[in-house]
Amino acid sequence: MSLEGKVALVTGASRGIGQAIALELGRLGATVVGTATSQEGADAITAYLQAAGLKGHGLRLQVTEDGACEALVSQIEKDSGAIAVLVNNAGITRDNLLMRMKDDEWDAIMATNLKPVYQLSKAVIRGMMKARWGRIVNIASVVGATGNPGQTNYSAAKAALFGFTKSLAREIGSRGITVNAVAPGFIDTDMTRGLPDEQKAKLVESIALGRLGAAQDIADAVAFLSSDKAGYITGNTLHVNGGMYMN
Amino acid sequence: MENIEQRVKKIVAEQLGVPETDVKNESSFVNDLGADSLDTVELVMALEEEFECEIPDEEAEKITTVQQAIDYVSGHLSK
Repeated sequence: MSLEGKVALVTGASRGIGQAIALELGRLGATVVGTATSQEGADAITAYLQAAGLKGHGLRLQVTEDGACEALVSQIEKDSGAIAVLVNNAGITRDNLLMRMKDDEWDAIMATNLKPVYQLSKAVIRGMMKARWGRIVNIASVVGATGNPGQTNYSAAKAALFGFTKSLAREIGSRGITVNAVAPGFIDTDMTRGLPDEQKAKLVESIALGRLGAAQDIADAVAFLSSDKAGYITGNTLHVNGGMYMN
Repeated sequence: MENIEQRVKKIVAEQLGVPETDVKNESSFVNDLGADSLDTVELVMALEEEFECEIPDEEAEKITTVQQAIDYVSGHLSK
């Protein structure tokens, strides 16, 4: 598996799963552009890539700013060349019971977790069509398939990615571009570290492999789907969840 | 230097993988030349590149024949 000479864009790459993905794609030889919502975050991405001796850098991307996604893609194409691999990883949670949920909690999830997937995919496809090669990997979540109390907004946006992935895969498959999703289960990151211990223990009981996943487990799946080895896989979701959910 | 008509026809032939002799002015991309909707999007991308212009989506949707492409390019090309 090699991504030598290819440019990969990974959103939400300052920590957690996104960081592991950026590093893994970099190790496969890609020039990696990772995004973060702040300049400090972008600098941190540049720093960890450099420290690992990998090509690439961080850029600031605030997805909710008008035109930000399109501007980012133009800038990368100018500086580094056409984007061959897009990993839509950036995401937030705004958990609440539906009866207590506020419009802004719902809207924030859709604006951050869903709309940029559409905007970034649209922006990178042009270059991929010309190259007759491209990989789009959308990071979904097991809760998009199973549901989870307190996450109607988050799980709705994640489930939406499955439909988006399948439709786009059908649209551009003839041009050598694959579109897939990776649905992480319960991964040990800052996002899940905030959960109460009791809830965590209960969750682990439901995992066949009896442990949390690591960010690297997701990065390995994304690296595979981004490579030539996965050239005949499209419109699919790879569930990486230790057997917590089996479809 | 080839004229606009010849350049447009050449691009159409290349993009849609048809012989240039099949590309008539009145040819419809979809009905006569076998293009699907994605092909027409790509064709517009190729025209934009060849003629270094940007064709807005609402204009691009109206370009369905070779003649319409020639007319659009002739009308919008910076002389």
